[in-house]
Amino acid sequence: MNFFLLSVIKAAVVAFVLLTTLAYLQWVERKVIAHIQVRLGPSRVGPHGLLQPLADVIKLITKEDLIPPYANKFIYLLAPFLAVTMSLISISVIPFGGEIQVFGQPTWMQLTDLNVGLLLILAVSSMGVYGVALAGWASNNKYSLLGGLRSSAQMISYELPLSLAVASPLLLSNTLSLRQIVQTQAGSILHWNILRLPAPQIVSFIVFIIAGFAETNRVPFDLPEAENELVAGFHTEYSSMKFAAFFMAEYSNMVTVACVTVILFLGGWYPLFAVAWGSNYVPTVVFALAGAVCLFFGLNPVRKRDRITLPVFGVIFLGIAVAFLLAQVQAIFIPLFWFLAKVGLILFTFIWVRGTLPRFRYDQLMHFAWKVLFPVALVNLLVTGLLVAWFS
Amino acid sequence: MDVILFLVFALIAVVCGINVVVQRHPITSALSLIGVMGSLAVLYLLLGAEFIAMAQVIVYAGAIMVLFVFVIMLLNAGAEETRGKSLVAQLLGLPLLILFLAFASHFVQRFVPSSTIVHFGAFTSGTAHNIGIALFTQYLLPFEVTSVLILIAILGAIVLARKELD
Repeated sequence: MNFFLLSVIKAAVVAFVLLTTLAYLQWVERKVIAHIQVRLGPSRVGPHGLLQPLADVIKLITKEDLIPPYANKFIYLLAPFLAVTMSLISISVIPFGGEIQVFGQPTWMQLTDLNVGLLLILAVSSMGVYGVALAGWASNNKYSLLGGLRSSAQMISYELPLSLAVASPLLLSNTLSLRQIVQTQAGSILHWNILRLPAPQIVSFIVFIIAGFAETNRVPFDLPEAENELVAGFHTEYSSMKFAAFFMAEYSNMVTVACVTVILFLGGWYPLFAVAWGSNYVPTVVFALAGAVCLFFGLNPVRKRDRITLPVFGVIFLGIAVAFLLAQVQAIFIPLFWFLAKVGLILFTFIWVRGTLPRFRYDQLMHFAWKVLFPVALVNLLVTGLLVAWFS
Repeated sequence: MDVILFLVFALIAVVCGINVVVQRHPITSALSLIGVMGSLAVLYLLLGAEFIAMAQVIVYAGAIMVLFVFVIMLLNAGAEETRGKSLVAQLLGLPLLILFLAFASHFVQRFVPSSTIVHFGAFTSGTAHNIGIALFTQYLLPFEVTSVLILIAILGAIVLARKELD
């Protein structure tokens, strides 16, 4: 019974945190893109626009929900549901940290560990294609149809290099369970699969990230929703919460790809360097620095509002920095800190690339997948296999 | 619990299977087929074959059926027209089907030796590790022959596609 209760609590916490992250990821994206383009981004709703996601949610819920008269109603309603469900499932096998004690009960910071965890993620992501493809088809709109067609062709093509790139770190870790994949990378950065001997997976890491961009329909692979050619692509006819469902699915897929990258290549929840070298103090230093920067700019405010908001954030950050020195907090939150820091880095790269690169042309997209990524991933897999066989 | 899950998903599989044939629109048929694949994957999972279940979803539901749906979308195929059913088919269809099923079940009971009953949860060696070892030791020859067969099929597809271009 205790196990059941604990599982329910864990599921509730993960679901709440994930959904909040998805809402705020959009705020982060808008802010980062805005600063790349020398704008301010959302700044009206709440301090620094922090309540913008809430306002967006209210707007999307209260918007009129339209169904085009000649749409295939059942599939039209099924598609966003399918897309969002398939993208949210994968979080259930992601390990966020090691084993911890909750009220004297040992438990893992992970909802469930399957011995085919990685395959589950691949399976679920390949099912996610249906959401986009069927949305495009059921809307009965030529732009939507073109968007759906493009996205299914793109996802089928990029799934191959993605799966091949996944296979090489598996040869090093020798397991399909995500928890065990992380556990084989214990130690410093030299033990992470990206730099691990005998076969460093740098090439595979790059291929995986690129294919991950394509799988999530992000820039520079956002042809399914290329706005200057296709209005909004597959979700042209969707409004209100159904539109929000596609948005959530996209961001959730981004989070999944980032988590899987961290687990496969970047050592999951393990710190950058050994605990003996003081890696437990890194979160304290980072938060203390953030707090100091906030306090400094709060005392020398650029805008009038900053005089109140920035010192508040500074004090919160300093409080977190002090909290990270407590032994109880360290046990739970230090693995979580490292995991989230790495995931955040990958997510920032996603946004950074969106602010930097232009979109591919369609033939370039296919050419790149089949004639560049695919052979590179294949050769990398072969070399990894040979090296692992030679040295073991 | 296992029996309830089995009954639910077996029912879904059968209903979706019938739906594939009954539906007149190709997209709906394809979606029903995906439903069949998905529930079959759950049945594999119930029997303890995790790897096969995931492979079922990735390969059949995720790759092959996406291609089906893609082609249906690309051709923009509409709903089939209803043709007048012939009187003979209407009268003889059901009796012939029952007769066929009766014969089939008779022959299965007669000629297939009764094997041991399957229990849910009794089989635990369906992991990727066990399947890998079985494929590369006990079933090495069939595995290699199959891979050559698939290679030939791929080459055939390329040759056929090239002919179109010339």
